Amino acid sequence: MQDECLLKLRGIEKSFPGVRALHNVDFTLRKGEIHALMGENGAGKSTLIKILTGVYQMDAGSITIEGESVNIHSPQDAQNKGISTVYQEITLCPNLTVAENMYIGREKSSWVKQKEYETKADEILKSLGIPARSSQQLGSCSLAVQQMVAIARAVDMNCKVLILDEPTSSLDDKEVNMLFSLMRDLKSKGVGIIFVTHFLEQVYEVSDRITVLRNGEFVGEYLTKELPQVQLVAKMMGKELDELNSLSDAEDREEGVGEVLYEAEGLSSTETNPFDFKIRRGEVNGFTGLLGSGRSESVRAIFGADKVNSGKVKINGKPVKITKPIDAMKNGIGYLAEDRKRDGIIPDLSVRENIILALQVMNGFFKPISRSESEAFADEYIKALNIKTASAETPVGSLSGGNQQKVILARWLLTHPDYLILDEPTRGIDVGTKLEIQKLVLKLAKEDVSVTFISSEVEEMLRTCSRLIVMRDRHIVGELKGADLNQAQVMKTIAGGEA
Amino acid sequence: MKFFKNKRKEPLTDTQLLMTITICIFVAMYLLAMLLLQGGFLHAQQIFDLLNDNASLIIVSCGLTIVMIGGGIDISVGAVTSLVTMSSILYLNGGGNVFMSVLLSLGIGLAFGLVHGFLISYLEIQPFIVTLAGMFFARGMTTILSVNPQKIDNEAFNAVRESKIEIPWLGYVAKNGNLVPARMELGVVIALVCVALVFVLLKFLKPGRNLYAMGGNQTSALMLGINVKRTRFMSYIISGFLSGISGFVLMLHTGAGNATNAAGMEMNAIASSIIGGTLLTGGVGNVIGTFFGTLTLTTIKKIVVSSGLKDPWWQSITTGGMLCFFILLQSIVLSRRNKK
Repeated sequence: MQDECLLKLRGIEKSFPGVRALHNVDFTLRKGEIHALMGENGAGKSTLIKILTGVYQMDAGSITIEGESVNIHSPQDAQNKGISTVYQEITLCPNLTVAENMYIGREKSSWVKQKEYETKADEILKSLGIPARSSQQLGSCSLAVQQMVAIARAVDMNCKVLILDEPTSSLDDKEVNMLFSLMRDLKSKGVGIIFVTHFLEQVYEVSDRITVLRNGEFVGEYLTKELPQVQLVAKMMGKELDELNSLSDAEDREEGVGEVLYEAEGLSSTETNPFDFKIRRGEVNGFTGLLGSGRSESVRAIFGADKVNSGKVKINGKPVKITKPIDAMKNGIGYLAEDRKRDGIIPDLSVRENIILALQVMNGFFKPISRSESEAFADEYIKALNIKTASAETPVGSLSGGNQQKVILARWLLTHPDYLILDEPTRGIDVGTKLEIQKLVLKLAKEDVSVTFISSEVEEMLRTCSRLIVMRDRHIVGELKGADLNQAQVMKTIAGGEA
Repeated sequence: MKFFKNKRKEPLTDTQLLMTITICIFVAMYLLAMLLLQGGFLHAQQIFDLLNDNASLIIVSCGLTIVMIGGGIDISVGAVTSLVTMSSILYLNGGGNVFMSVLLSLGIGLAFGLVHGFLISYLEIQPFIVTLAGMFFARGMTTILSVNPQKIDNEAFNAVRESKIEIPWLGYVAKNGNLVPARMELGVVIALVCVALVFVLLKFLKPGRNLYAMGGNQTSALMLGINVKRTRFMSYIISGFLSGISGFVLMLHTGAGNATNAAGMEMNAIASSIIGGTLLTGGVGNVIGTFFGTLTLTTIKKIVVSSGLKDPWWQSITTGGMLCFFILLQSIVLSRRNKK
C-alpha cells in the first residue's frame, strides 16, 4: 500500500572541476518510508542531498515529485516544493524561543504575533510528542530537542520529503530513541524521510529501505530486512563477499617484538569512549572501521588533540600526562591529521617553513632555527621524500595534494618521533604517491619507529599493518592479527560478527 | 513585564535575565546612595537631572543596542552627534528656522547611517573599520565647520530650548519656602519616545525579531529565510538616524557647539548597552536594559562626585571597574545557565 512514489531521481549527473561527483544516480522515495542513504566518504551522499535541497544544480538527470517533473533552483525553492532538510549542525537560533524559531522567516504580517505563534507551536509540539514548551528559549533545550524543533518547523511547512543529514551524531542513546519515535510517527503520517548516517545499527533499527552509493555511482536499492549488515558493508566498500572470502591471503606477519613503547589504559576524550591501547617499538598497527566509528577520535585522544577526560598513559613504562598536542610532541609522538587542509598545512607559507614548523614549536620560540639550517633540512627531506616542488620557497598551497601530504610527513619526520600517527595519509592522492607513503611507513618501522596507520582503504592497511583494531559505533569491537588479517574478516568484524 | 512572564513558570530568556540584573543593581545602587549620601539623591530632581544631562546619550545607546544585537558595532555615533550639533548651530546662527534645522540634523545622521550600512552589509566590510572611518570623517568635518566654540543666538530656537516641563508634585520646598517643581527638558521626552519606539521595533515587529536571529546565528538566520543583508543595513540606518536626533537633543541641552562635543560618547554608549545586558557577540539585548544601563553608568559617576572624589579620572576609573564587573557578572551568569 505504501508503494506510492513521492520522489524520483533518475540519471543524476554532477561534476565539479576535475571530479565527477555523481554519475547516473537513481533514487526513489515512497510515501511513508524511511530510506537510508549509505556510502563511505566521497561516495556522493552530500552532493546528492545538496542537489535535492537546491544548493547545487545537477548537470543532467530528472527529479519528479509526486509524478510532476521539477527543477530545484535554491534552498528556498526546495522548501516551497515540500523538501525540508535538518542538518547535522542545528540551523536555528539558540537565543530565540522555540516558537520564534518555528515561525521566523515565514510570517506574513510585519507584527510579531507572539501569542498566536506560541499557541500554534504548542499544538504542533504536542501532536509530535516533542518535550519542549513554545515559550522556552531554544538554547535551554537539549540538542536532541533542538533538532526535533527543526523537524517540527519543517513539518509545519507541509514538507513531504524530510531529509535528515547525520541527525544522530551528537545525540546520546536516549535522545536517539526519542528522535526515532518521532521519525516513525512522521512516517505513519505519510512523510517520506531520507536518513543519512554512518551508524549501521541505527539504519537497521529505523529504516525500511537502503540505497547505497559508491564513488558517485548508484550501487543499488535494497529492503533493509533483506540485506544483512555484512553485505551492506561490502557494498559500501565495493567488495563482493565471495570475492572477499577467496582473497584471504593470510600472509603471516609478526606482531612487533620490541618492548612496549606506548600504553594507554581507559583513555577517553570528549569524543571517545574509554579504550585500552598499546604499541610496541617498530610495530605498525591500525584503527579501522567505517567513517564515524571513532577511529580518528581515538588517535586524536592519544595525541591530546581533543580534550582528554580520563586514562592512564605510559611511555616506555613510565607514566606520562598527555593532555595537549605539545605534551605528546615532547614525548616523541607525531600526528598527521586527517584533514590536511584544516589541521595540517599552512598554505601561504613556503615548503621550507611548513617543514620546520613542528621542530620549531618543540624547540620553543626563543631558539630559532637558523636560515641555513632550515634550508638544509628542507632540501634533505625534499630529496628524501621526493617532494615535487619548484623550490623550497614555493608556497605549499600551490603543490598537489600528494606533495602537500609529503611536506607534512617531512615536518613530523624532522622531529624524529618514536611514535608516528598517520590519519588518512593517503586520502585524495595518486596511486604512485600512495605506494611511496606505504613504503615509507614500512621503512620507518624497520628503523624502530612505531606507526599507527588509519585509512579507509582496507587493502592499504592490510598491506602495512601487523595488527588491526576494529571499531564500530565508537567502541573497539575486535583486534585482528596474523591469519585473521584479511578483508573478509575485517568486514565481518565491522558488520558485527554474524555473516 | 518580565515578572508577568514568570507567572507562566517559564525561565527568563538570556535577554530578560540580563535586563533584570541591571535594573536590580540600579535600584539597589540608587537606594544605597539615598541612604549614605543623602543630599541631592533624596530629591526627584536628581533623577531628572540625570535624564536632562544624558538624554542624547540615551538616544545613541538605543541605536548602538540595535546594532549590537545584530552582532555589529558603530563607533561613529559620538562624532556624528557632534557634527550634527555644530552644523545645526551654524545653520541656526545664519538665520535658519528651527524646523529646517531638525531636518538638517536628521538628514546628516541618516546619511551616515546609509553609507555605513551600505558598506557593511552589501560590500561586507568590517563594521569596526567602516564606522571608525566615519568617526574620523565626522570629527574632521566638525572642526572644519568651526574651530571655535559656537553659542546659539537664534531666538526661535532659544524659545524652544527654554521650554521645560514642570512637574510640581515631584518638586521640593526650598529653604526660602518656595516650591521648586521638578524640571524636565524637551530632550528627555524625545529620548523616552525613542526608547519606546525602539522597544516596539525590537519586541513586536518582524525586522526586530530578525535582528535577534541574525545576531544569534547568522548562518541559521539565512537558512531560516531571513534577508540578513537588509536587516543589517536597517540596523545601521537606525543607528545613524538616532545619532542625528541625539545631535539635535544635545544642542537643545547645551545651546552651544564645540569641536570636542560628545567626545567619547560612543564609548559611553557601548558601555551603557553592555551594562544594560546587550552582548557584544550579538543576539541578546534589550532597549529597556540599555535605558537603565545609561542611568546606572551616569548615576555611578554622580555618586563618585558626591562622595568627594571630584577629579575627572575617578569617574573613568569607576566606569572601567563597573564595566568589568558587569561583563564578568554576565559571563558567569550565562555560563552557569548553559552548563546544565
